[in-house]
Amino acid sequence: MVQANPPEQHTIIALVEDKPGVLTRVASMFRRRGFNIASLAVGRSEKRGLSRMTFVVNGELPTVQQVTRQLDKLIDVIQVSYISTHQVVARELALMKVTTTPATRGEIMQFAELFSANIVDVGSTYVVIEITGGEQKVDALENLLSPFGITEMVRTGLVAMVRGQESGMEAENLGVPISGNGIIKMDSGI
Amino acid sequence: MKLSGAEIVCESLLQEGVDLVFGLPGGAVLPLYGAMARYPGLRHVLVRHEQAAAMAADGYARATGRVGVCSATSGPGATNLVTGIATAQMDSVPLVAITGQVPRAAIGRDAFQETDVTGITLPITKHNFLVMEVEDVAPAIKEAFHIARTGRPGPVLVDIPKDVLQDLRTEFVWPDKPNLPGYHPPGEAPMSEVARAADLINQAKQPVIMAGHGVLISQACNELIDLAEKAQIPVITTLLGISSIPSDHVLNMGMPGMHGMAYNNLAIDQADLLIGLGMRFDDRVTGRLRDFAPNAQVVHIDVDASELDKNVKATVPVTGDLKKVLNQLIPMVQPNVHIDWHRRLDELKAEHPSLYIRESEELLPQYVLNRLSEVSGGDCIVVTGVGQHQMWAAQHCTFREPNTLITSGGLGSMGYEVPAALGARMGRPDKTVWSVAGDGGFQMTMCDLATAVENNVDIKFAILNNQSLGMVKQMQDVFYDREYYAVEYSGNPDFVKLAAAYGIDGLRVTRKDEVDDAVRHAMEVSGPVIIDFVVKDDEQVYPWIPAGESVHEMIEVQPARGGPY
Repeated sequence: MVQANPPEQHTIIALVEDKPGVLTRVASMFRRRGFNIASLAVGRSEKRGLSRMTFVVNGELPTVQQVTRQLDKLIDVIQVSYISTHQVVARELALMKVTTTPATRGEIMQFAELFSANIVDVGSTYVVIEITGGEQKVDALENLLSPFGITEMVRTGLVAMVRGQESGMEAENLGVPISGNGIIKMDSGI
Repeated sequence: MKLSGAEIVCESLLQEGVDLVFGLPGGAVLPLYGAMARYPGLRHVLVRHEQAAAMAADGYARATGRVGVCSATSGPGATNLVTGIATAQMDSVPLVAITGQVPRAAIGRDAFQETDVTGITLPITKHNFLVMEVEDVAPAIKEAFHIARTGRPGPVLVDIPKDVLQDLRTEFVWPDKPNLPGYHPPGEAPMSEVARAADLINQAKQPVIMAGHGVLISQACNELIDLAEKAQIPVITTLLGISSIPSDHVLNMGMPGMHGMAYNNLAIDQADLLIGLGMRFDDRVTGRLRDFAPNAQVVHIDVDASELDKNVKATVPVTGDLKKVLNQLIPMVQPNVHIDWHRRLDELKAEHPSLYIRESEELLPQYVLNRLSEVSGGDCIVVTGVGQHQMWAAQHCTFREPNTLITSGGLGSMGYEVPAALGARMGRPDKTVWSVAGDGGFQMTMCDLATAVENNVDIKFAILNNQSLGMVKQMQDVFYDREYYAVEYSGNPDFVKLAAAYGIDGLRVTRKDEVDDAVRHAMEVSGPVIIDFVVKDDEQVYPWIPAGESVHEMIEVQPARGGPY
């Protein structure tokens, strides 16, 4: 069987005002324009009153370019950065509740240890494992534990930050004619 | 002195220079109406249906370039505004809608006349506000007007709960400037981008300017003409770009697209450079994208970065305020004459005379509009509805001054012609305003004839009456094997008697030789007049590029019965 190429994944960061309804505005824009969000993580940023959203978006580059411009057009969005062409640290957190038996518990704990994951809850028939890492690492642990029976799982979606001294939000703008409402900082090719 | 939330709204509107508010009251917004009664500087125009309030504010805004204001109550009042708000959003019209909301404690409890209007209007406004504290009323209105009128204009809705309107706790403090850290409308463009655009223009052998609504919005009509004249570049105007350059300007080619001039679509097909100014390559302009302008590079200048590369990939995309960017660009453009290109365009015009009105004893709608424009001197404001009459007006009326064709382009809202004409005339009482209507659209909003009568708003209504939904019928004729269904209006009212019922002048025209006199009579009468032009009922709009097709599938003239269509 021929496998289709996985869709391109792109990471976008948006700094938004921490106001009621902002998430709705962002989500509504994605829905209305037919853009596909692979994951979205929202939390406080280093600046008071501003939240930081990390989007992982599937699609071709022109689509992602439209996403960034449409995002930037939202009044409550302060700044949009496309960071996929940067060296980034990207992490997500997952909690997995795994069924255990006296026979399997040891093996499961070993896998957790190998992945530097934490056991955060344990009972006679289950453990809850907390893992932090890149998407592929979390995928790998999930695959390993699946045969034992994952009865419940939650993944936060990626949060990301540009490596080095340079701030992701001030990533260089390499000659892209943009800037609608706020400032979009993006790299080559977009 | 402490003021109520409602009084703060009124003070804020006065600060913004508002003199007219179109609206209709109801329970939740009543505190605002109570306050407005004490602000004679704010004239409230009571409509019969809230859709008319939004569309009148839209017509006012397009005719004057100022922000139009409408108001309505919660629930059905607010939802009735929706079509008007969406119309303004699609056509980038500055509009502020103020709606009453149920009291804060009732929000979320499905209270009487409660609806989540900020939720409903989220995708059809540029921005909206639900104001939950009286301290936030003045800042929200300041920001609403700022957002509505700057950058790419658009509608902004401000929803205010009844108890916030009643809250008498603060003084009126007008903010110095809006607090919008995420909103920075662009001004000039980087010179490097402008220089790249100028290079393409200077190298082009067969360039075409495509001028859109942005030219009018940015008040860049003189710059458009300067650019066109300096390099002798022909100007094609989109439906909403019409009146950005006088109809009789030698470089003005008129409208392209679905019902545009055949020679314009052919010119675009043959052009080596498109210069898109304040337009968005709408599907009615481009047809099938992969066949659009196959030989052309594209310079695209727009204030909204998200329009660049959205439909048509630009060779040089430029974000900026059009007037400012054109002022940067024009000095870098070399004078040119493009003699061979103009020769070619003259041939195209001769071979494809799209505006020819055939000789006929019957009353052709194209003839009516041609005469209406001619007799009224071409310096009136024409407000249209949507459909065949709209396309014929775009094709056959002439325009001399900016913002003299007012029409719902993007959303295509039938019924726009009555309320928008009301707003246009109230904004520009110095201009004759013709509301060119179809009998279908007219009946959607004719309840607001009463508003025109009540306020003595002098609108001349020209109904092109074919007793049907003509454009739909045309599509059924061609695409659905003439299976006419749900398009015939057999029970239309007698529009002359309708005029009489409203106490205004009404005339019926059924013959060609009556047209000029009727138009002249309407212009001479003071006050609203309705002319019922009973036109040939199976006339169709051509040229025609069917939706989703290209210039290669263009049908230039109405085929004889029994033909391929």
